[in-house]
Amino acid sequence: MDTRITVRICTGTACYVMGGANLLTLEDYIPEQLHEIVSIEGSPCLEYCKSKEKGAPPFAIVNGVIIDSATVGLVLDEIKKQAHID
Amino acid sequence: MMYDNKATMIRRELMVKIAQLYFKGTLCEEINRIPIEMFPKRSGRIRCCIHKDRAMIKYRCIAILGHRVEDEADELKPLSEYAREALERTEIDPPVLTVLDEGCSSCVKVNYFVTNACQGCVARPCMINCPRKAISMENGHARIDNQKCVNCGLCKKACPYHAIIYMPVPCEEACPVNAISKDEYGREQIDYDKCIYCGKCSRECPFGAIMERSQIIDVLKQLSGDKQVIAMVAPAIIGQFPTDYERIIQAIKELGFSSVAEVALGADITAANEAHEFAEKMHENQPFMTTSCCPAYTEAVKKHIPDMQKYVSTTQTPMYYTADMIRERNPEAVTVFIGPCIAKRHEAMNNTSVDYVLTIEELGSLLVAKGIDVNNCAAEPISEPAQNIGRGFPVVGGVTDAIRQTISPDMEFKPFVVDGLTCQSLKVLQAAAKGKAPGNFIEVMCCEGGCVAGPGVISNPKVAAAKVKKMTGQK
Repeated sequence: MDTRITVRICTGTACYVMGGANLLTLEDYIPEQLHEIVSIEGSPCLEYCKSKEKGAPPFAIVNGVIIDSATVGLVLDEIKKQAHID
Repeated sequence: MMYDNKATMIRRELMVKIAQLYFKGTLCEEINRIPIEMFPKRSGRIRCCIHKDRAMIKYRCIAILGHRVEDEADELKPLSEYAREALERTEIDPPVLTVLDEGCSSCVKVNYFVTNACQGCVARPCMINCPRKAISMENGHARIDNQKCVNCGLCKKACPYHAIIYMPVPCEEACPVNAISKDEYGREQIDYDKCIYCGKCSRECPFGAIMERSQIIDVLKQLSGDKQVIAMVAPAIIGQFPTDYERIIQAIKELGFSSVAEVALGADITAANEAHEFAEKMHENQPFMTTSCCPAYTEAVKKHIPDMQKYVSTTQTPMYYTADMIRERNPEAVTVFIGPCIAKRHEAMNNTSVDYVLTIEELGSLLVAKGIDVNNCAAEPISEPAQNIGRGFPVVGGVTDAIRQTISPDMEFKPFVVDGLTCQSLKVLQAAAKGKAPGNFIEVMCCEGGCVAGPGVISNPKVAAAKVKKMTGQK
């Protein structure tokens, strides 16, 4: 696998208060075989919370794919999809 | 239950909406729309229909406006009227919790339930062993008659397929002091002669049917008034936002507080006084001493372990010393404690130096409503910084560490930490009060993990504890 997967978690206050706090535990749930290719970083406010069209906070981005109302499970699903594992 | 769940998020969303309307100056005009906004026509439903969902949103708003839902006399009374009353109110009254009886699903009539793993066997030990003849066979499956079952659990023990499960009532199971129970309709009610205000029931109810009576409106009103409003922040706040302590304090100022004091300053005083008192008590041959900083624990002692009272430290809580200091310097100011705790709200009602209490969750919601991003706030140095001793209080073992560091090193110190009040740990404490103390210093934290795992937090308790420890150098 040569694809790198970068996960950006919005740490703006709106995201953090509305459930984003728990996304900071994401690292604990990344399957071992993906440790090498997945990197997780916190991001300053992505400003998505300012417009309703983007959905509801918290937001995360997995290689450009925006996930709204993000949970650890939803973000993991997207990571696995992009890494082509079930 | 994981603290991060849908009921929590709905509550926060409503707090944000209510605070936004307050800032806009249209609270009374627009609040009636909130239930419809949350569940518009043809939207997905959570309960039986959107009308019930909307009704529940209304009750949640009533609690956020600070009222007691049980007091509802006229079901037609609109939220705008409740909002007007909240805006006009000058006093707050106990109790700190309220039960949304319409929200309580009256779940789990009896605690034993036959799952479809039942094989309808020939032996039928569940039926044979039930002392109340509560089990019958229907379509080849055992069925428990709710009217006859007395929750003895013999059927569960008897089933060779483990097909009968125990289902708790989550709020009742969470309550360490049996203060919450069903009324004649199966709905939960709180007995305030027993309640220690720990908030565990509220956190554990999967229907979000037990809520705090929020004081956000009262605090917002003070913030837009003429008086100085001073925030006192519990040290647990250190790990509650994804940024440093200084920025959190600045964010609170941007909400309109005139200054922010660390309650860790009071905790420093608590540590010093308690260490001194410990030495004195040991000198007087008292067998042990126990902590006084957790208000849910001291309430539990008062109501459930009266024999323990004489061993509880007479040292005051960190909030007490901090509020006392502020009152002395600034007698006219309004004081607001901000922390992770519901029991503190009760403690504050009995302390004239503390006017209001906000949880960290409420603070977070107010920041979101005002569009303040904590990360973007300036990191100005704290004008009167506390020591690491006081800042370490909110993590379990922190108070013990503080005493260890403060007493003379040649004193005998055998600490025992009670990490979370439960029915079991209460028994340990009851035994200690009767002479079976497991050490000479007993720290008790009602919330498992300490205040960082309190009912009013935002951060994952593990993440928060790690952050506090990193700052204070605790192990």
